[in-house]
Amino acid sequence: MEENSPLLSRVADAVYWMARYIERAENVARYIGVNLNLQLDLPMNPAQQWQSLIDTSGDGDEFLKRHEEATQHNVIDFLSFDTENPNSIFSCLRAARENARSVRETISSEMWEQVNAMYLHMAGQHLNPGYEWLPEFFRQLRLSSHLFQGITDATMTHNEAWHFTRLGRKLERADKTSRILDVKYFILLPSLRDVGTPYDDIHWSAVLKSVSGLEMYRKKYGRIAPRNIVEFLVMDRNFPRSIHYCISRADNSLRAVTGTEPGTFHYPSERLMGLLRADLDFTPVDQILAGGLHAYLDALQFKINDIDNALLTDFVEWRPQTPAPSQSQSQSQTATAVNGMR
Amino acid sequence: MQFANYQTEGFHDEMFDNAGIPREEAKLLVDTIESLDDGQFLRCQRSAERILLQLGITFNVYGDSAGTERIFPFDLIPRIVTAHEWAWVERGLKQRIHALNLFIDDIYHDQKILKDKIIPEEVIKSATFYRPQCIGVNPPRGVWCHITGTDLVRHGDGQIYVLEDNLRVPSGVSYVLENRDLMKRTFPQVFEGLRVRPVDDYPSRLLEMLQTIGPRGAKENPTVVLLTPGIYNSAYFEHSFLAQKMGIQLVEGSDLIVQDKKVWMRTTKGLRKVDVIYRRIDDDFLDPTAFRPDSLLGVPGIMEAWRANNVALANAPGNGVADDKVVYAYVPDMIRYYEGEDPILPNVPTYLCWRDADRQHVLANLDKLVVKAANEAGGYGMLIGPHASVKEREEFAEKIIAAPRNYIAQPTLALSRVPTLVEDHFEGRHVDLRPYILYGNEIEVLPGGLTRVALRKGSLVVNSSQGGGSKDTWVLAAPPEHELVQNGSEG
Repeated sequence: MEENSPLLSRVADAVYWMARYIERAENVARYIGVNLNLQLDLPMNPAQQWQSLIDTSGDGDEFLKRHEEATQHNVIDFLSFDTENPNSIFSCLRAARENARSVRETISSEMWEQVNAMYLHMAGQHLNPGYEWLPEFFRQLRLSSHLFQGITDATMTHNEAWHFTRLGRKLERADKTSRILDVKYFILLPSLRDVGTPYDDIHWSAVLKSVSGLEMYRKKYGRIAPRNIVEFLVMDRNFPRSIHYCISRADNSLRAVTGTEPGTFHYPSERLMGLLRADLDFTPVDQILAGGLHAYLDALQFKINDIDNALLTDFVEWRPQTPAPSQSQSQSQTATAVNGMR
Repeated sequence: MQFANYQTEGFHDEMFDNAGIPREEAKLLVDTIESLDDGQFLRCQRSAERILLQLGITFNVYGDSAGTERIFPFDLIPRIVTAHEWAWVERGLKQRIHALNLFIDDIYHDQKILKDKIIPEEVIKSATFYRPQCIGVNPPRGVWCHITGTDLVRHGDGQIYVLEDNLRVPSGVSYVLENRDLMKRTFPQVFEGLRVRPVDDYPSRLLEMLQTIGPRGAKENPTVVLLTPGIYNSAYFEHSFLAQKMGIQLVEGSDLIVQDKKVWMRTTKGLRKVDVIYRRIDDDFLDPTAFRPDSLLGVPGIMEAWRANNVALANAPGNGVADDKVVYAYVPDMIRYYEGEDPILPNVPTYLCWRDADRQHVLANLDKLVVKAANEAGGYGMLIGPHASVKEREEFAEKIIAAPRNYIAQPTLALSRVPTLVEDHFEGRHVDLRPYILYGNEIEVLPGGLTRVALRKGSLVVNSSQGGGSKDTWVLAAPPEHELVQNGSEG
């Protein structure tokens, strides 16, 4: 596609990461928002509840360097406002904006203005705004991320660059849905004494709420049941935050970029993506549970990482015969601050 | 908002005459502003500033902590230029650019102007931006300066002078377009009843120009890209803005490679050939194999591709030889030499410190003169004698004596002023004007240009890096011909 206006490799990388970072920021806002709500209902150890957010983020080591205890305040600070934590909401929005800034001529003006507004809003917030403001703060963040996605879909030609934004967004979302499910399942399942109690229900509802899935789940399954929740969040064909949905859309976008026929592959990234999609297509949920959900999700996260690396190799870092200046891992943007202009 | 207490303070004011009466072309604007409620003008100004921030129209400040972004301050009161005066400026700019282009071509070929002793050879050979790598190159159509941003100033005598030519990589045109857009969004009522010439077609004109300079053998619709040093460059906003408006790719040095003396860009589908590059990187950083080897921004081998006529570069490398402020002093002679005409736009009288008599005069009059480094831009390396301390003047005297070729001096000009919002009232602030000139098939001048304003009271330095802001520039159209015909035939 788009043979007449080929996409620069650097631009493909930047739009992909712009979308990924915004999706990442949104997901962090989701976890925190739901946890804030959850703690009002639960008598259990609140520290464990906030610790699970750190586990979800996968940045436990980073957290321990800065904080001793996973209190609500520490966790929210670390995940939202910490300018040094590369995966905090602040850092994600800053990185999304820097990427957007480097491709302003490729994305629509409206998209740029929205990313810029999100960053300026966050940067103006500097510090934790105080407990009573937090729920609204995270709600606004979610909405502004939705707005960005809506603007992207409505104002940008669905060309190759757009498909790279969708690849970035869907892979990030699949990864985050798997993490939230993994952590909650891990924590919740051992507490067998709670099974069937109101707390069990509340906790599982919170998992669904953090992916905006409770209502849609109810329509399909009615009662809260761990097996069904796993099926819904991993396998559902039509729920837009399920892993299956995300991977199949990412696969569609990849094929739109390459033009390769379904069922075949030309690039390594297509092969990896196709394998994962087929796995999700044809593995029954009970088989996943029998083999252990944690092991399954852990492997899935590795597969998503492999796809990410393959995309980088196939479309961004490929080298022509002549050596060009090397760029390290895509998102450690080399600071070419030297300049020769007035 | 009232102008009742506004004072011209003996300066030439672009809006009011010496008696404080609005000039003919400004009457309607003054009436409109004075008819506004208190606070309405201020609200328009604030909303303009908010829009600039939302749009991310910011520039990076060098030497400031990393990532510092500022909006380029914008003032709502426009500078107005009459149709009659603009026609004269346009003629003068076309004449000047034509002569400068012939000069550059001559310097890199037969050097007739040196052989005929119009300009001393040592002036050229010692110019920092003279590039022996360009000798013998024939860019398409013999054009070297495709995009120029000439700085004009009006002195207290009412005369407009050329201050600098800026042939290398002039910036600022995006602000011309954004300023107009901002005026229309925030203050539409002021346009009523005036025929302000539009500037919106600049990106189309620029693209057309770039497409006409494709190298010989390039396809009919050549691939044009804009080469930027990247997001940390102070003019990055402008680079992405122009690429977006033209619908062309914005590339960085690492996106391009040279193979077989041809330039290619790295895309997700492999290499694609590039025909025309609007480069916003200085010569020094363009090609580490030809110029500074430590440049990370450029494209190794791009000069070879250009010399082999496989790619067009706008502006052509080497044209900065005419940006040297010593060479500037010879531009009127150039115009007489190449065009056989007297210059239309005058130069500011310039003392060349490498001439003994001039240097003596400069050193004896440092408190009255402006001294400039011959090869600096952006208001750096400059001494404004009347505003400088004794110590600063002494330091400059030493620099001049140590390297006289590097310095020129000019009388301190009383730059004209335009009313500017200061807190809640208007005060006069000094301005200059940078029109933009395109040279492809023929020479075209964008009506107006960037009016830069020195926002600090009494300051003469308009550069954005030094506390400058900008204003919209209104070139008024001549009354349409049919009105004249009607008046003539029926009146």
